[in-house]
Amino acid sequence: MPFTDQSHHETRFTKEHEWVRMEGDIATVGITEHAQEALGDIVFIELPEVGRALDRDEACAVVESVKAASDVYAPLAGTVVEINEPVVEDPTRVSKDAEGTAWFFRLRLTDPASFASLMDEAAYKAFVESL
Amino acid sequence: MVENSLPDDPTPPPARTVPLDAWHRALGGRMVVFAGYSLPVQYDFTGNLATRCRGGVMAEHLHCRAKAALFDVSHMGQAWLIGAAAAPALEALVPGDIIGLRPGRQRYTLLTNEAGGILDDLMVSRMAEDRLFLVVNASRKEDDLAHIAANLPNGVRLEPIEDRALLALQGPRAATVMTRLSPAASSLPFMGSASLDIAGIPCLVSRSGYTGEDGFEISVPADRAEALAGALLAEDEVVPAGLGARDSLRLEAGLCLYGNDIDELTSPVEAGLGWAIGKRRRETWDFPGGEAIADQARNAPSRLRVGLRPDGRAPARAGTMIVAADGTEAGFVTSGGFSPTLNAPIAMGYVRRDLAAPGTRLNLMVRGKPLSAQVAPMPFVPHRYAR
Repeated sequence: MPFTDQSHHETRFTKEHEWVRMEGDIATVGITEHAQEALGDIVFIELPEVGRALDRDEACAVVESVKAASDVYAPLAGTVVEINEPVVEDPTRVSKDAEGTAWFFRLRLTDPASFASLMDEAAYKAFVESL
Repeated sequence: MVENSLPDDPTPPPARTVPLDAWHRALGGRMVVFAGYSLPVQYDFTGNLATRCRGGVMAEHLHCRAKAALFDVSHMGQAWLIGAAAAPALEALVPGDIIGLRPGRQRYTLLTNEAGGILDDLMVSRMAEDRLFLVVNASRKEDDLAHIAANLPNGVRLEPIEDRALLALQGPRAATVMTRLSPAASSLPFMGSASLDIAGIPCLVSRSGYTGEDGFEISVPADRAEALAGALLAEDEVVPAGLGARDSLRLEAGLCLYGNDIDELTSPVEAGLGWAIGKRRRETWDFPGGEAIADQARNAPSRLRVGLRPDGRAPARAGTMIVAADGTEAGFVTSGGFSPTLNAPIAMGYVRRDLAAPGTRLNLMVRGKPLSAQVAPMPFVPHRYAR
């Protein structure tokens, strides 16, 4: 995959503590630093199969910490086009770079315009502070 | 509209606090409510402590296995049972040999019901001929104390202890640390108990714990708890550890958690706790549920508690169904998680007797998919008690 400077792409967020970054009609999805911090030591990650069609808010990945299992939800409807195998092989990558290289999966969105319905960074920050 | 809807939930009662509440918060404890008490599940250490341990369940767990960890278990119920006939009075309610428990010794035992189920597991220390010190589970203490009180003969009285904290110092360096603060502590044998001054504070100390490591449980007056915890933490080997590490440590040690691995519907024999039935008690079976338990001990129960090692890295949590290789129902997981020591998932649960031999291959139904596992001996991590 060619190097892309993701800093030019807007990141949006869900109340389930996922982040979503758009490049064309492809959305890259991961869990937020706040989620990573709250989960603690992550020991296992299960990602959806490539090709799977996901509804918005459908449980599609699992993060297990020493303490408990947590679901990760599809932030928007779409089809899985790529998963990040290195985080499956070494889940500790998430604690080092949750909002960058430790992304979980990429979705081809059913409706790219739906991205705008997610929280922007300021709204997510306010949401986390309200918890 | 939802028909037959329940009335709105009443506001949950506020969590009770332990004497060290502020101390935990100051040290970076992430507080959660457990059995009605606000307690740290793990810590985010800063300053000097951060140089000893980075904090978090995994690091606190490994620190306990390497050096020593300090747990606050003040949520647990403490009580005195006092009277010349205290030992026979308690013995009538448990399968353990309490009459034969010598002063200065501690024993693990069970409160059983008439069906042979387990009402709770508890630690009993004989502090004097006429004085037993009891430690029961937090979630069970009201029921336990009511049950015991309702079954006492004249002349024996139960005194719940509300003004003491309970700390546990656990790990291979626990004895070294304790010896510095109380030279007499290191002479306590495993499952011994005594009244000792620790750092000048009068405490009730036992050589026992819930991690599989050597260690001590220390009952301390609530108003001296912070001084004691501070004195222990002043020792370089010690860091505080939360409920998360406590749970992963006891699971590695193969120890039961009441409410998960044992309850009113499991018997001591099924649970593999037959060793807690005193030798003398096996002749008479004169305790609640004795007949049912004797029958199981003679004829083998239909299911047994076993250890499980899932293949791969995915943990199987409590409630996971277990299926035999031939597709038949085998049982269910009662505790499951990830072992920091083994860097692999571990679990325990009940399986059909014909599937209980170590090495038996089973499938754990995790998120609708079979996860291959095998029955494994417990403890998963060898015990290192003082012997």
